[in-house]
Amino acid sequence: MSTTTPAQRAANGTADYLDQRTGLGKAVKEFARKTFPDHWSFLLGEIALYSFVVLIISGFFLTMFFVPSMALITHHGPPATMDGVLMSEAFSSTLHTSFEVRGGLLMRQIHHWAALLFMAAIVTHMMRVFFTGAFRKPRELNWLVGTLLMILGLGAGFTGYSLPDDVLSGNGLRITDGVIKSIPIIGSYMSYFVFGGEFPGEDIIPRLFTLHILVVPGLILALVGVHLLMVVLHKHTQYPGGGRTDKNVVGFPLFPVYVAKAGGFFFVVFGVIALMGATMAINNVWNYGPFDPSPVSAGAQPDWYMLFLEGSLRLMPGQPEFEFWGFTLSLNVLIPAVVIPGILFTFLFVYPFLEAAVTKDKREHHVLDRPRNVPVRTGLGVAFLTAFIILALAGSNDLIATHFSMSLNQITWAFRILIFVGPWFAFWITKRICLGLQRKDRELVLHGHETGRIVRFANGEYIEVHRPLDEQERWLRVNYDAHRPLEVAPATDSRGVRRKGYASERRLSRLSSFFYEDRVEPVTPAELAAAHSHGSHDELETDTTSEPQQIDSGRAH
Amino acid sequence: MKALAARRHHRLAPVVLLLLALLVTGGVYALLAPSPASADTASVQDIETGEKLFQANCATCHGPDAEGSDTVPSLVGVGAAAVDFQVSTGRMPMQASGPQAIEKPAQMDAEQTSQLAAYVASLGAGPAIPTDEMVDASKGDPALGASVFRTNCAMCHNAIGAGGALSEGKFAPALLDVEPRNIYQAMLTGPQSMPVFNDANITPEEKRDVIAYLAEQHDGSAGGLTLGSLGPVSEGLWVWVVGMGLLVGAAVWIGAKSS
Repeated sequence: MSTTTPAQRAANGTADYLDQRTGLGKAVKEFARKTFPDHWSFLLGEIALYSFVVLIISGFFLTMFFVPSMALITHHGPPATMDGVLMSEAFSSTLHTSFEVRGGLLMRQIHHWAALLFMAAIVTHMMRVFFTGAFRKPRELNWLVGTLLMILGLGAGFTGYSLPDDVLSGNGLRITDGVIKSIPIIGSYMSYFVFGGEFPGEDIIPRLFTLHILVVPGLILALVGVHLLMVVLHKHTQYPGGGRTDKNVVGFPLFPVYVAKAGGFFFVVFGVIALMGATMAINNVWNYGPFDPSPVSAGAQPDWYMLFLEGSLRLMPGQPEFEFWGFTLSLNVLIPAVVIPGILFTFLFVYPFLEAAVTKDKREHHVLDRPRNVPVRTGLGVAFLTAFIILALAGSNDLIATHFSMSLNQITWAFRILIFVGPWFAFWITKRICLGLQRKDRELVLHGHETGRIVRFANGEYIEVHRPLDEQERWLRVNYDAHRPLEVAPATDSRGVRRKGYASERRLSRLSSFFYEDRVEPVTPAELAAAHSHGSHDELETDTTSEPQQIDSGRAH
Repeated sequence: MKALAARRHHRLAPVVLLLLALLVTGGVYALLAPSPASADTASVQDIETGEKLFQANCATCHGPDAEGSDTVPSLVGVGAAAVDFQVSTGRMPMQASGPQAIEKPAQMDAEQTSQLAAYVASLGAGPAIPTDEMVDASKGDPALGASVFRTNCAMCHNAIGAGGALSEGKFAPALLDVEPRNIYQAMLTGPQSMPVFNDANITPEEKRDVIAYLAEQHDGSAGGLTLGSLGPVSEGLWVWVVGMGLLVGAAVWIGAKSS
């Protein structure tokens, strides 16, 4: 041990040099000992982070060849279907990157798959955080940062998708133009402002390019920094289990286990994206052709994360468009494209604060909830997802029609009804399942596992022997809060004067009842003791030395 | 091979060779022979046989004189091209009524189809079946075809002809495996929900360019698996199935390793 190799000496020297000048040693010591709990679902956010890194690497490559210009030129070169065609420089340079730059098409496909995966990982990560209640105090602000990141991800996807200036993405821009114009009073001015004149103009591609490679990724990078910093400050949440409380973190130190795992996982993510980019074609813009405002092809849809907006527009009947005094109010566009996403995003932004208000819970939470223990939250989450999925399916209604030989009109009508009924039904059924699972947990704690051993007593009575839960199993099932609805003080005070704020308190209390009226309380130690003394048969029979007559299930003596 | 070599001086060898040569020549001729389905070359006998076929298979709906009814189109003046398209793709005779006649294995062979076409063409002047040269993809310009396709066809048939939905259960079929002759005939005659693109609207050369554009799609995509060429919806589906599927699997594996 006393002898050191030259390499070790060099490493020691460098570390010492850096430590003396930056105080790096302290930070490394702090981070290396940081404890993280272990669970696969804690890696979902990492998938998003790593696909963002892949996006930056591949995007950097693409900027070397992309020309963000709408100037018209005649394209010469492959593919044969685009040779000699008049198109914008943006589209021509995209074709050049795809067919003539070595590895260009691979990089384009990696970039696009990584973008789709980035959004998929963000959404899955959000679902994990939502359903386990990881947004509760002290993490409400980090939930907001995460939701902003999700919206910025949509922005990055939208601005990038439009850059090649093909027919499909141009159709998307045309819809955007229509949505902007549907905003009352300022709509038409905003549209001229965004496109630099009447759509499509010659400014939109350069503008989107700047947003796509500078503004949006810059904001994402900054917010990712904030997001991760807050994770470090708050410490990581952990799933409920024996010995895990809101005051500790049970897991492994960051170094070396998690550094190796997380580092390795980056390469797994990169590998999967590269595999998809190499084998599966994505966004073959030469199929769509250079943008021209007149053509629209069948099956024109946005990338999956925008599909809910497409569906919302497809479902909306055309009638609510009104004209007065020469002005048009296009509620048929405004409602599906502005109001509906507004409602969905508002739900995401306010939910943590809503739940804090109806519980009046000011404690810190570091142990996650099991989704079944908060039935209304779980139900609302599933209802939200149901609405999102129904809208996304409605956005694919033409493909559903052709692939399942159905009538497009009937599908649209079915979705028009489902968008109102589906989320409500999903909420109701999820809540019932959660309450059922909670009752099952209660029964399990009180009576133990069924063992399948049937015992007959001397008096002829049959019972099944139950095995009590061990400590770990019981901890998991009893260690949760069942919040009660908030109580309202009487409307008048002791002298019969109407209290200020009674009405708002009553509203809050009603909301709270919606959340917590139906609940299953965790088993208390007293209940457990009572159950054990009551079920003395079981106690007796688990002592297997003094069995009277025993019949093993299905096998008689 | 040794057994074959030993017998090559057999006295019956020339006979076998001659038979083989005849078979190959006949086979090649059968494959490459120009189709005799042109109205000009139709003999009186073809028309007579065609009429018998018509009375047996088509007259139930289209009427004994092919004059049609309120719900069934008249066939007077539709020409040989329409008959060849409908019958050779199996759409006619129609199997069952529905939103539209669907493609199925052809009920008539090539000869019967041409006899039927000759009979219907004899009822009134209409578009003839295109010659092989008119539908030869190698003589067309795929780039011009692409722009014609974008402005005239893609809104129903999808950007590269993978098919698309129309109202009330009707649909524009996928074009990727359709015979060039049938594509030409469809443009010319406008079957079912499809509009007619006559020669003044899309010239015969442009029709051939469209065929050339569709032929370009046969090699698949430079990018890899085409995923049905359906655009962002199928791409989104696959990123969840393959991308998230593999990575969640990897995450579970990594999470399980320590405990």
